[in-house]
Amino acid sequence: MPGSEIAVAAEGLTRLYGEQMAVDHISFEVHRGEIFGFLGPNGAGKTTTQRMLTGVLPPSEGHAYVLDHDMVRDPLGAKEHIGVVPEAANPYLELSGWGNLMLFGELYGVPRRRRQERGEALLREFDLWERRHDRVRAYSKGMRQRLMLAIALVHEPEALFLDEPTSGLDVASRRLIHSIVRRLASEGAAVFYTTHNIEEANLLCDRVAIICRGRLAAVDSPEALKTAFADSQAVEVAFASPLDLEELPALPQVTRAEKQGDRLCLYTSSPGAVVAHVVDLARERDLEIIALSTLGPSLEEVFLRLTESGDEAS
Amino acid sequence: MTAAAHRAWAIAKKDVRIYCSRGPVIIFGVLFPTFLFVAFAWGRNVPADSLVPGLIGMALFFTASATTPAVLPFETRTRTLERLLTAPITIPMLIAGDVIAALLFGLLLSLIPIVISLAVVRAPLHHPLQLVGGVILSALCFAIMGSLFSAPATDNPASIMTLSNLVRLPLIFVSGVFMPVAKMGAWVRPIAYLSPLTYTTELMRNAFGGEAVISAGLCLGMLALFCIALWIITMAAHRASIHRRLFL
Repeated sequence: MPGSEIAVAAEGLTRLYGEQMAVDHISFEVHRGEIFGFLGPNGAGKTTTQRMLTGVLPPSEGHAYVLDHDMVRDPLGAKEHIGVVPEAANPYLELSGWGNLMLFGELYGVPRRRRQERGEALLREFDLWERRHDRVRAYSKGMRQRLMLAIALVHEPEALFLDEPTSGLDVASRRLIHSIVRRLASEGAAVFYTTHNIEEANLLCDRVAIICRGRLAAVDSPEALKTAFADSQAVEVAFASPLDLEELPALPQVTRAEKQGDRLCLYTSSPGAVVAHVVDLARERDLEIIALSTLGPSLEEVFLRLTESGDEAS
Repeated sequence: MTAAAHRAWAIAKKDVRIYCSRGPVIIFGVLFPTFLFVAFAWGRNVPADSLVPGLIGMALFFTASATTPAVLPFETRTRTLERLLTAPITIPMLIAGDVIAALLFGLLLSLIPIVISLAVVRAPLHHPLQLVGGVILSALCFAIMGSLFSAPATDNPASIMTLSNLVRLPLIFVSGVFMPVAKMGAWVRPIAYLSPLTYTTELMRNAFGGEAVISAGLCLGMLALFCIALWIITMAAHRASIHRRLFL
């Protein structure tokens, strides 16, 4: 793996389940200090990819590297450097939060004194210190997920793999996890963040990869991806008396129009010109504009177009 | 090697804390063999040198092979296995941890019939070293055997306990627990020699001065061979099935 700044690399990573291709020769790199979002619809191959990258599942072809360690040839060396929160995994419910942290600290070879210091610091940071001696069975879903992240950090990993870490969590837990992920990246950790929540990826990630049917559809920064889909810009307008799509005349340079609640969303590559047309229309028909705004292409739009084109191609 | 041993030990401690007090382990590892043996010995005038080797052998067999079948199905069901597999541990370390926990569980609980045999029944112990060596090696062998039972990829502990009993129950009737090998019919003996439990009961008979047809040295050697063979088969079986657990 070339370059010391690269923390995680997938090279032609492939996984077959029988005849079915779950992940098809995907390649990308995650750099130190980067939050790399991994997006895709259900069944696209996100979890399979993370499992290959974290050494849980051997690839059928290709290589996964973590900090110069080949995950197949040197799994122990690679795993010592990574922290993982798998999708739908649990801490040990019969152990306390403290017991879970100490167990995993021991499995990662953290010396006793150091793992006790780390355990206390992490449980305080994740707001679990007061409940540290309670069995995890009594923890809420948010507490369990925070504990999973604390466990992933007990050995101070240089690369972090998170699979849907905020799925089903309340806003406070989600924000806490986001802020900790940002801090870890700012301290130099590489974060591989699997999610199907596009808004979350947009807010959090430096770059995103979009996977569809096992193939990478795009890898770039959220803003670069949006720019590539400039025709997905839109003008959003709401009139005091809501207008139906049928009542809307064909406006120049509008490629598509949608009704979203009481608003009309007019897709275009020239939002300025469309705004002028909308204002003319309002004057012409004596309509009162109560809201008018231009929208850049959303990552959701980019995602939908990429995954839809992926579906059509297959 | 030291790191591997530490990690296996961490897994063993976790197993002891979580799994040794589970219902299926207590029922099939402690209560079931106790009632079975009481039913056999109650009201019958069985001499101590015939009773004690079978009692110790059966206690070792059931207790040491009780926890390992339960661990992986429970880990699969409670979705803790995947997190464990992302830690820097290999399958041999994982299984070694389970086996160590089962070994300790077996040794600890087997102390009860051993103490009863020596202090209450006052069975004459002729060769203490054979007793100690035999108990440790047998517990290890049965703990590995228990781990082999857990190899099928399932998240249902009850189905694995049923499978393990399907093998364990017939074995106690052909392994010198209730009837010494010396008194078995000629047609049963070849079957008895295929069971590791036979070498445990024969070793206990040697230790307590009973009527044994297999020497203590051969018993220890055969138990060691069974340990090695079962370990190799167990590793191959778990390597083949462990990834399937992720999709249950």
